[in-house]
Amino acid sequence: MCGIVGLFLKDPKLEPELGAMLAQMLDVMCDRGPDSAGFAVYGAGAPGFVKLTLRGPAGTDFAKIGAEIGHLVTPRDTHAVLSVPAAEEMAARTALARIAPDIRVVGAGARMELYKEVGLPADVARRFKLDAMSGTHAIGHTRMATESAVTTDGAHPFSTGPDQCLVHNGSLSNHAGVRRRLAREGVSVDTENDSEVAAAYLTYRMRSGDSLGEALTHSLDDLDGFYTFVVGTESGFGVLRDPIACKPAVMAETDGYVAFGSEYRALAGLPGIDSARVFEPEPAKVYFWDRAA
Amino acid sequence: MKLSLTPAAAERAVDIDLASSALRELNAALHKLTPDTNETYWRIANPAGRHAIAAGLDVPVTVEIDGPVGYYCAGMNKQASVIVNGNAGVGVAENMMSGFVHVKGDASQSAGATAHGGLLVIDGNASARCGISMKGVDIVVKGSVGHMSAFMAQAGTLTVLGDAGEALGDSLYEAKLFVRGSVAGLGADCVEKEMRDEHRTLLAAKLDAAGILGEVDISEFRRYGSARSLYHFHIDNVSSY
Repeated sequence: MCGIVGLFLKDPKLEPELGAMLAQMLDVMCDRGPDSAGFAVYGAGAPGFVKLTLRGPAGTDFAKIGAEIGHLVTPRDTHAVLSVPAAEEMAARTALARIAPDIRVVGAGARMELYKEVGLPADVARRFKLDAMSGTHAIGHTRMATESAVTTDGAHPFSTGPDQCLVHNGSLSNHAGVRRRLAREGVSVDTENDSEVAAAYLTYRMRSGDSLGEALTHSLDDLDGFYTFVVGTESGFGVLRDPIACKPAVMAETDGYVAFGSEYRALAGLPGIDSARVFEPEPAKVYFWDRAA
Repeated sequence: MKLSLTPAAAERAVDIDLASSALRELNAALHKLTPDTNETYWRIANPAGRHAIAAGLDVPVTVEIDGPVGYYCAGMNKQASVIVNGNAGVGVAENMMSGFVHVKGDASQSAGATAHGGLLVIDGNASARCGISMKGVDIVVKGSVGHMSAFMAQAGTLTVLGDAGEALGDSLYEAKLFVRGSVAGLGADCVEKEMRDEHRTLLAAKLDAAGILGEVDISEFRRYGSARSLYHFHIDNVSSY
């Protein structure tokens, strides 16, 4: 089944509330996906620096790893954000692989931080202290696994490019073929998960020069199956449903925000929802909001 | 609109606030009502998109819900009138047998799915698969309906004041479809049919039931129905099944 939530803020005054708003939405969507949860938050970035979100086994001493590599590290439960000058990203990744081979880099970007774990979504959000996070936009996912195992690797969001991530409700039927095609293009997909293939496909399209909107439009031709996608980039937030509209989606827009939920229940607690424009995104129609626009 | 409560009935209203009361208790209380109940008017506050509100009723009472509801609101309804002052989620009034369901906002997918009887009125738009497999219900949508509406619809009427999406009436049986606006495309075996007096009379009756007779010009509607070529298996139609 799975639940998706997303929030794109238009009013900067709401930015300190971003995490609390998303946490409440994720909490309501526990019913749709109690296996695992994850979220990506686009917060503040430092000019010239890249944030690497790391994931390690429980009890990992991230402070020690940061000290050894010589970069600032901010631990959050099983994850940590390593802040690295952009020019030293490759060196930091190489050092990480040497010093702590069991640590995985699950996300990278100027602003994106990405957290995901197995467990009830409300508990996962609490462990990472999502409610205290701030930022401009965020997406989240509650998972009921259908196509691959219940593991942290199989949880959403999937990030396959800098500041890019995707959450998916549905199942893709041609992911094996797309995976082979991407491999020929030099794009690797780490897990057996169908949703990661969709993320990698969008990364591949954007790497080839597509905007997020163009990449989503191309995916209508190239991805087959059931899907509602919510996608985040450094400056934007996009939504796409398959042409049959198999999976639910509802959106709300006010002067302050654009919000996405698999069900209206996820939006019911947002400020000003009673006077929001509430609508269902049309099937096979690309929606995106961009801060740069 | 059809519903008009006497002041005495409004005074007897049972008020339930779902912010502080459990939905299961509300539905259990509604299911316990007997046909001679004096608790004939229920007002529900703070539905917040919860699922299956007022589903499975079988008494002639009125339930008015003040706000948006989730999935399957008034599902399987018999006899009751259920009014939603807001939007409705997937499957509102699905499998309704009789009674009246009025959504004052938009309805999500599969509104009135498989419903056998009663009247479903949607003031706003209904999204995909409105009236899918309907079996006798009358549905009146004042806005537009999404793709694959009236898919395999067997009996009843679907009246749309706005437009219809792709593949209207695909694999249709004997339901009658009236659309005032444009139709993006007809599904397999669905064709436009002549609008004769008997159909104008039928449509007028449905608009009257929905409380909007005289508000729209009946001559603006077009009628769609089954070409009846897919009823029985025929090898020439194999790609259409």
